[in-house]
Amino acid sequence: MDGINALIDGFGTALTPVNLLYAVIGVVLGTAIGVLPGIGPAMTIALLLPLTLRLEATQAFIMFAGIYYGGMYGGSTTSILLNTPGESASVITAIEGNKMAKRGRGAAALATAAIGSFIAGTIGTLGLALLAPEIVKLAIKLGAPDKFAIMLLAFIAVTTVLGSSKIRGLASLGIGLLIGTIGIDRSAGGQQRLTLGIPQLADGIDVVVVAVGLFAVGEALWVAAHLRRGHAEVVKVDGARMGREDWRRSWKPWLRGTAIGFPFGAIPAGGAEIPTFLSYALERKLSKHPEEFGHGAIEGVAGPEATNNASAAGGLVPLLTLGIPTTATAAVMLGAFQSYGIDPGPRLLSDHADLVWALIASLFIGNTILLALNLPLATVWAKLLNIPRPYLYSGILFFASIGAYATNTSAFDLWLLLIIGILGFFMRRYGLPVVPAIIGIILGPVAEYQLRQALQISDGQLSGLVNTPFSVTVYVIAVILVVAPVVIDRIRSSRAGDGDGDGTHHVPHLTPQSANQEGQ
Amino acid sequence: MAIVVGYVPRPEGQAALDRAIEEATLRGTRLVVLNVSRGDALVDPRYASAADWDAVKAKLDASGVEHEVAQAIEARDPADQLLRVAEETNAELIVIGLRRRTPVGKLIMGSAAQTVLLEAEAPVLAVKAPKE
Repeated sequence: MDGINALIDGFGTALTPVNLLYAVIGVVLGTAIGVLPGIGPAMTIALLLPLTLRLEATQAFIMFAGIYYGGMYGGSTTSILLNTPGESASVITAIEGNKMAKRGRGAAALATAAIGSFIAGTIGTLGLALLAPEIVKLAIKLGAPDKFAIMLLAFIAVTTVLGSSKIRGLASLGIGLLIGTIGIDRSAGGQQRLTLGIPQLADGIDVVVVAVGLFAVGEALWVAAHLRRGHAEVVKVDGARMGREDWRRSWKPWLRGTAIGFPFGAIPAGGAEIPTFLSYALERKLSKHPEEFGHGAIEGVAGPEATNNASAAGGLVPLLTLGIPTTATAAVMLGAFQSYGIDPGPRLLSDHADLVWALIASLFIGNTILLALNLPLATVWAKLLNIPRPYLYSGILFFASIGAYATNTSAFDLWLLLIIGILGFFMRRYGLPVVPAIIGIILGPVAEYQLRQALQISDGQLSGLVNTPFSVTVYVIAVILVVAPVVIDRIRSSRAGDGDGDGTHHVPHLTPQSANQEGQ
Repeated sequence: MAIVVGYVPRPEGQAALDRAIEEATLRGTRLVVLNVSRGDALVDPRYASAADWDAVKAKLDASGVEHEVAQAIEARDPADQLLRVAEETNAELIVIGLRRRTPVGKLIMGSAAQTVLLEAEAPVLAVKAPKE
């Protein structure tokens, strides 16, 4: 019952006028960036980070949480009205949602997406509130070897599951880990590593500079280089809202989507894309109207949209209990915790209980505001797509530069920003996913610290890393994660003549299309 | 000699098109209808949809005026594209639609129409949408 009492206290904090204002700012911004393709919550939070450092931590995180949830809502609007996913988690929504809109059922599609997101977000947040204290009880007992094992699992999961190629994922992770080691080695010795004798690098590269460089500058350069002059049409929304039949066909996909999305968000398996694919495949299989799939089936919108919001809630579970980010947005939020001097991990919930519970309470509030903002106003949000992209990206670059300069008021950071931005551009150019890099940069030093501790306890013996049942279990899971896809591929290719399994094949085809979008 | 009209799928664009057809009929000249976009935003409401563009063509066919239609997405400014076409076709008249705006609104926003008015060699006929 502690959780419930603490949550009620959290509502007390979150409902003060100032905090409520930040929640509103967060969800409005979140929806806006969700609508715009290529601009995601991770970039936005990174851009806002330097501006919010003057705020109280609680207020900043209430705003960030609003942005995180809002992005999931906004993404569906673009998917449905434009057939271009606003966020990578909404790729699937575009398939059925846009068809529905073209058949004159746009209002129903937008409504089922918004209401499904609301229901999934609320159930997911409730799950977070109930689950977090329980996980913390277990996590508090974990020692350094266990924590290192979990972080290693997170690295492996995020590189092998995300994107089209494991090698690229690994390369990206390597880049991240490398950038993460720059600076004075704080856990032992105090030597300078990879600083090239440049004094400004001794403190390491600020997380704001890295995140803003990779996401904002990298994306802006990419868009500038590939500005496709083209034209897309927003489907006019008119016609019936959700009828009785739509409700009847939507509520089960909403709940099933929540059930799929929440656990997937909570494990470090790369965010909301995979569970939305799964949800879509499941709805297709279970639907009483399979003939409608591909022509605008409402289940195909309701399920995946519920899934991506539930996974956003699920993603906060490992972040707030273990300090492990599972998505780019969570990684940037982890960086934000660090810049506030808060150590996210099992002790977060006891040391900063008011912050965490106010954050969770504000998620409930934000979700409700989002429903009110999106249900009647989806077509107004779509007007944001009229903004010429050069204006948009010059604005982003402006904020990126100000932010990078403001963190340390040094011009050196502007050069770094540019260099990392160019790195981000080339990563996009060669199809390297950005998410493993950002997770490597932020989680890398933490993992190193745990590794050092584990090895110090065991007096340098490597066996010290595997001397607990928990860490052994985690390593076994990690090995399975690496080996299983290879084995399955072997088996499948040896049975290729049988011609089975094509039902599962065509959905993952969409992944490369989203690979260049910012990961959630 | 020709009449060039800049078309946008809005009431003022419709008014400009109607007036241009009238003028072309009156003068017995060829009519060039242009709809252009810079294409740098994801969605440009001034770029006519396929259905809309078909309606324009149908209207022109029904009017019996000798005509030519062109729709393009180019990097240059829409006003510049219109001016270039006017020059190439040696236009005797350019017809454009104007939004109803207050002087202050005009001051702040600027417009493609202003560029056309200032830079065109040919006389420009500016048409507003009829009041509701």
